[in-house]
Formats: sequence, structure tokens, C-alpha cells
Amino acid sequence: MNNAFIIGQYIPGESIIHRLDPRTKITIIFFFVIIVFFANSIASYGLLTVFSIGSALATRIKLSYIIKGLTPVWFLIIFTFILHLVVTREGDVLFELLSFPVYSGAVAQGSAISLRFFLLILVTSLLTLTTSPIEITDAIESLLHPLKRIKFPVHELALMMSISLRFIPTLMQETEKISKAQASRGVDFKTGPIKERLQAIVPLLVPLFVSAFKRAEELAMAMEARGYQGGEGRTKLRELKIKPIDIVTFGIFCLIIIGLYLTRT
Amino acid sequence: MRQSFIEFNNVSFRYGEEHPWVLKNVSFVIYPDEWVAIIGHNGSGKSTIAKLINGLLFPQEGEIIVDGLKVSQDTIWEVRKSVGMVFQNPDNQFVGTTVRDDVAFGLENRGVPRPEMIKRIDSSLTAVSMNDYLLHEPHRLSGGQKQRVAIASILAISPKVIILDEATAMLDPTGRLEIMSTITEVQDKHNLALVTITHDLNEITKADRVIVMNDGKVWLEATPREVFTKKEELQLIGLDTPFVSKLADQLTNLGVEINNQPLSHEELLEELWISHSKM
Repeated sequence: MNNAFIIGQYIPGESIIHRLDPRTKITIIFFFVIIVFFANSIASYGLLTVFSIGSALATRIKLSYIIKGLTPVWFLIIFTFILHLVVTREGDVLFELLSFPVYSGAVAQGSAISLRFFLLILVTSLLTLTTSPIEITDAIESLLHPLKRIKFPVHELALMMSISLRFIPTLMQETEKISKAQASRGVDFKTGPIKERLQAIVPLLVPLFVSAFKRAEELAMAMEARGYQGGEGRTKLRELKIKPIDIVTFGIFCLIIIGLYLTRT
Repeated sequence: MRQSFIEFNNVSFRYGEEHPWVLKNVSFVIYPDEWVAIIGHNGSGKSTIAKLINGLLFPQEGEIIVDGLKVSQDTIWEVRKSVGMVFQNPDNQFVGTTVRDDVAFGLENRGVPRPEMIKRIDSSLTAVSMNDYLLHEPHRLSGGQKQRVAIASILAISPKVIILDEATAMLDPTGRLEIMSTITEVQDKHNLALVTITHDLNEITKADRVIVMNDGKVWLEATPREVFTKKEELQLIGLDTPFVSKLADQLTNLGVEINNQPLSHEELLEELWISHSKM
């Protein structure tokens, strides 16, 4: 895979993390995002780092691949760190960087914030790396199920997501076709000033939209012809099942939360 | 008299008050286990017939009876249980993210329990020889393969009639052959009526009966062989006869004796070698 950026990418595999129920993964990540902000000591940060790196290793995806795939995020992390060095004025002056005084509090806070940021990105990208989009959709439908009581259209939302996922490659192929067709008519997408290049997108977008709406109409008709009449009384082929491994994983995560509580200062 | 399965009684339809009539006083009958081809050029009203049969559209005048039920707003879900439809564009009728999910879609809509679903998916994909592609996404399939999946997903709900609305129009010649042989096989093995809607006279040769539509009216109802004897009239209403049929005509003009209107290369070949040995 040449694509360097890994956020949102799915890499099929058979690891423990891949086999976890997507609902388990989403729930754990939801709580992880919250508890990261409660860490305030070296030990507590250490604990969360061990958990995150440990999970990353358990996916059996090469750690170097993940780290490299987060390159754009690295710039943001380093930028945040430098910004803290310059702006924060707490503790003693450690040294001077290009005539800016650097305080000890700045180093501590900068590294803490950067680490937090890194852990958040790492753990959330593990979700998309190990869970196929359709599994995520199923999990969301299942997790949001209680909202049906307040008339929230859970099933419709999930169906919308899965249809969009199914049509992404189709529309990509279409975009390519249209851009070639327009290029052969003399539209230049690649050179010229930004303003002209933006204008060149219009003859690409208009036919794409027209065809997308036509597709939508035909798809709706095909769905009706196949007996679709909303979520009521439907059965599901894809099934989510909580396995022993999910319970064990949840247990470990609870231990992490307790550990975090104890190591906080 | 045979029990009819689909009945059109003096059906007229137009898309709106201002629009011209698409169908004018159309009546015909389709029997169970029968293969009927509906043919006509663009705008002859042939696709409208398909949408009327399973209640995607309703006629302004006349009535349509499917499997003993009059098609109306109240009966469409019952009617759609016995009518399966394959549309023209292979992409725009593929709902699932994989082949398996797409075949499951119709079953899920009908509330079929999961174990039964798995069984039916397997057998219907086997019927169209697509069981090796269970987990393939639609963009990794050819047009012909997608249409075969569409046929499978309809077989899975075991309908009593399958309507193919120009199902081969967007396919390449290989895909077209694939689909024609698939539906021939399916019709042999399953007990169902088949309605193929097309503008290609090559695709009507295997049908039991042909309904030729022109300008919103039934122009002719006959066997394929009878249809091919009316070449000039067909060309006048915008339908081109197949190559074999034209060749046979030219040969007749040159004095070669051909008794039976041939429908395929094999039949023409048969005619030719027999006529040669008679000489």
C-alpha cells in the first residue's frame, strides 16, 4: 500500500483486535477519549501509553507502518509542543531558545498535551484500521438502538451510511470517467492559477451530481421493487455477537481505569 | 382454458394530465411457466408495463391482475412478493456492500430468519454460478456478474415471475450471453414465468411468445418465428431483425430454398445442408 496516510483506512487481518466486536471497540475508545483528559502524573500517562501501544501491537499491523501513516499528525503534535514551549511561562527558566526563555512548566505541559494528542489519534485510528466500515455501521446501529424510543431514525441512518459506503467506489470511477471526458474536451484540471483550476471543477461536479441523483432515483425504485418498506419487521444477515474475548477486553480496560484512578496525583 | 398469471385489462397510462398516453388500452395475458418477450423501440411503452406489473406505477384506466390480486396501493407488498424485477443499470440496483449482503437485502425486507437466509443465499448464488464471489464488493464485478447477482437476489425470494427490464442493454456481448444463458437455465429449473423486455430482436428467439409494442399499443402477439416473417413491418416500427434472419432472406432472394424461418445460426445451418443434399 503506497497510501501513506492511514486514518480511515481499513487493513483486513485476523488479530485479536480485528476479531473484537466493533461495539466493544467503539465503547472502549469512547471512554478512552474521556479518561485521557484525567491523566495528570507520569505514572498515569505511562499506564495509558502502555495500553495504547499494547493495543497497537496486538493488531499485528507493523507499528512502524502506523507511526509512518500518522506523518501529517506528527507535524501537528510537534507544532503543539513548540507552541507550548514558547507561550507557557511557568516554573523556572531552563534555557533560551533563539532568545525565547523556555520554562520547565512549558516542557512538562507541552509534552503532556502532545502525548495526549498522540494517544487519542493512535487509539482512534486503531478502530478504523481493524474494523471494516460496514462493521462500524452495524455497531452504530446497534449502539444507537435505544434512541429508537425517542423516534430517532437509527435504521435509516445506518442504511444511509451503508449505501454511501457502497457507492463511494462507484462514484470515484464515475468522477474519473467524467474528468477524462472533460479533459478530452479541453478542460484543464492540472495547470494554471488556483482560481482557474477551481473553475475547472464545475464541469466535473455538475454531471457528477446529475448522475448521482439519477442513480438515487433508480436505486430507490429497485429497493422498493425488492420489497423494502422501512426498518419494521426486517431481519438482519450480518450479526454482532459478544464473545468471551470481548468481556475479557472490557475487564482489562476497567483495570486500566482503576489503575489510572490510583496513579493520579 | 389455462389459468392466467398476469392480466392486463384495457390498461391506459400516462405520467400526468398534460402528458401524452404512454399506454393506450392495452390488454394481454401471461400464463405461469411461460416466457414472454415484450419488444418495442424506445418510447413504445414497454418499460412502463414492467413498472405497472409490480405497482411502481398505477394505471389511470383499466386494471392489472397479478396472481389473482388486483394491483393497487393496498396489495403492492403482496404483489411484490411474487414479482421479481431486474433493471437495466447493473450498478443502480446493487444495494449491499458485498454480493452476499445484496442477495440478503430482499430476504431481510421480508423478515426471513437468518439460518434460512444463509441457505437461500447459497442456493440462489449457485443457480447463477456466482457462489465464488460471496464477499466481493460490487466494484470488483463486471456488469454481467452484477446482473447475475441481481437475478440471484430475485431467485432468493422465490418469486412466481421474473421481469427483466432491458437487463442486458448496458452489457457487452459477453455479458449479454452470460445473462441470456443464465435466465434460460433458471427458467428450465424453476417453475416460473419470465417476462423479458428488450429492444433487441436477438433476445426474443428463445421466448414462447412475443408481444410487440408500438406507440403504446400491442402491435402483434405471436411466436418468435411468426414475428420474424414480418421483417419490413418490423423495420417500419424501428426494430432491426437479426443477422441470421436477414441472411436467410438474401439467400431466398438468390434462389436458395429455405422453408422454415431460422431463429439461430444452427437452424440456418441445418436448413442449408439439408437443402444442399436435396439438390
